[in-house]
Amino acid sequence: MERLLDVTRDGPELRLALAGGWTLSRGLPSIDGVAREIGSSLPRRLVFDAHELAEWDSALVAFAYSVARLAAERGIEMDVSGLPPGARKLLDLARAVPPRAVVRAVLDDAFTARVGVEALRARDTAADALGFVGETLQAFLNLLRGRAGFRARDLLSAVEASGVAAAAIVALVSFLIGAVLAFVGAVELQPFGAAIYVASLVGIAMTRELGPMMTGIVMTGRTGASFAAVLGTMTVNEEVDALVTMGLRPMEFLVLPRVLATALMLPALVAYSDFMGMLGGLFVGVTMLHLGAAEYLSQTREALTLAHLWIGLGKSVAFGIVVALTGCYYGIRCGRSAAAVGVATTRAVVMGIVLVVVADAVATVFLYAVGI
Amino acid sequence: MTTSEAHVEVRDLTMAYGDTVIQKDVSFTVARGEIFVIMGDSGGGKSTLMRHMIGLHPPASGDVLYEGEAFWAAGDEERETLKQRFGVLYQGAALWSSMTLAENVALPLVDKRGVSAADASEVARLKLALVGLAGFEEHHPSEISGGMRKRAGLARAMALDPEVLYLDEPSAGLDPLSSRRLDDLILEQRESAGTTVVIVTHELPSIFALGDDAVFLDGERKAMIARGRPSELREHPDPKVRAFLSRGRL
Repeated sequence: MERLLDVTRDGPELRLALAGGWTLSRGLPSIDGVAREIGSSLPRRLVFDAHELAEWDSALVAFAYSVARLAAERGIEMDVSGLPPGARKLLDLARAVPPRAVVRAVLDDAFTARVGVEALRARDTAADALGFVGETLQAFLNLLRGRAGFRARDLLSAVEASGVAAAAIVALVSFLIGAVLAFVGAVELQPFGAAIYVASLVGIAMTRELGPMMTGIVMTGRTGASFAAVLGTMTVNEEVDALVTMGLRPMEFLVLPRVLATALMLPALVAYSDFMGMLGGLFVGVTMLHLGAAEYLSQTREALTLAHLWIGLGKSVAFGIVVALTGCYYGIRCGRSAAAVGVATTRAVVMGIVLVVVADAVATVFLYAVGI
Repeated sequence: MTTSEAHVEVRDLTMAYGDTVIQKDVSFTVARGEIFVIMGDSGGGKSTLMRHMIGLHPPASGDVLYEGEAFWAAGDEERETLKQRFGVLYQGAALWSSMTLAENVALPLVDKRGVSAADASEVARLKLALVGLAGFEEHHPSEISGGMRKRAGLARAMALDPEVLYLDEPSAGLDPLSSRRLDDLILEQRESAGTTVVIVTHELPSIFALGDDAVFLDGERKAMIARGRPSELREHPDPKVRAFLSRGRL
């Protein structure tokens, strides 16, 4: 392979003789040799000699720029008159603006420090989220007083997104959960001749727990993620800033219709989910356990009380608010880049699911404690 | 360093979005080493013309030729090879937000030229220094200002030492000093590497400072209505061209 660079000492000068083709496709010679030579004894001047140089491109200028930075660090004078005029001009241009000294925060990498940083961040996020909930409540109160405004079309579009558009996926998931529940229940109950109680199990479990929770989780992945992505993109595109500067409050204009729509539509979806879950149970009961359809429905009616239904529907309103608020919160608090939208959406889904499950657990424990 | 050799040729190009025709039968040649300005009123099809020239939008009819080689008539593979001859600075910089500035510049070098990561990093450092962003290599696009993003976008466009550099509104959003520095950089790039530069702009100072040749696209007439040196177009018979180049003072 042809030799591209010769470093020779000529009294107080260090001569860098360049030869052959200096192109990116051949790769850049290492600057280590020059650094070593400088380290052994500090020259007064660095001189480029390009008499033997053939073709060149950015590879040559990148190398010369690295040498120039090294020379500047050590206070060595540099003579670039030997470089081709084009390369010299580009080098001058690159050196025209000195590197900006950028001071970046140095993070302590110790485990305890990281735990501390995360804990502080979690505290700040919790406080911020609480403020966000407060602002939403304030916007809602303004709406009740007739002082808040949003476009009816936005509300209807959110109603569609969190209602009809989600019905198919909720139906499928609920039907299968009802069927699986019936099947698992039957395995345990059939040996005791109590297969008919599968109807009670499916009916109560779906209306009270699984219907609301599964719908909440599905809606988090679907509608909550969509809210976060849409509002995040609006934030990145400065659309949210445009609302603010025009005197329109994002909480009222963007967040409120979505929260209202989801809180209104989730009970409807949960009622639908309850029905589809019981249908799934009925399907397994009739086809696999050979129970009569009338017998199954009669047992379901006997076991189900209105209290179960109301508890489930009550939870669904809370889950709807949680799903929409989480999606909107992460969307509005999104960073300013495309990657930030992805992060906001992921966080909205993860946090939404966690909050739905936690809210369900809290409600279940509370209702058990008060004996409902 | 301009030569009369045609480097890029736009031949009978008709541009349309669906049934909506934007410009009809546009034809011109760009000489090697020339700084060529595409100007015109807003919505007149300047950026659309550039999108046709860089392979982002197929023409309704006509073609773009690079040294006589038809771009749109070529197969996919040939087109990919032709694309490596040019670098593009987009209007909004279009930096990849998940990468640092150095990674943005280094990616095409590693991916398209097979340059080693270490060499690509050195070249990225140089390209960023050329646009006045030395020291910002490890910043992400979201951490710098709009003008700096524009300059980083230019550094990325120059990463592969392209033969043709396409710049879509390079000075928009820059302060006068940065704008002047950018103009100087474009001139240096042309002088030192013989790069052909095609600029879409309506910044008059840049048009007069840089342009060797120019075309004027009229959105209303859907046609190219003027061609020539920007300084000479000030005396063009068409009042719209004269008004444009004198900020409405006729």
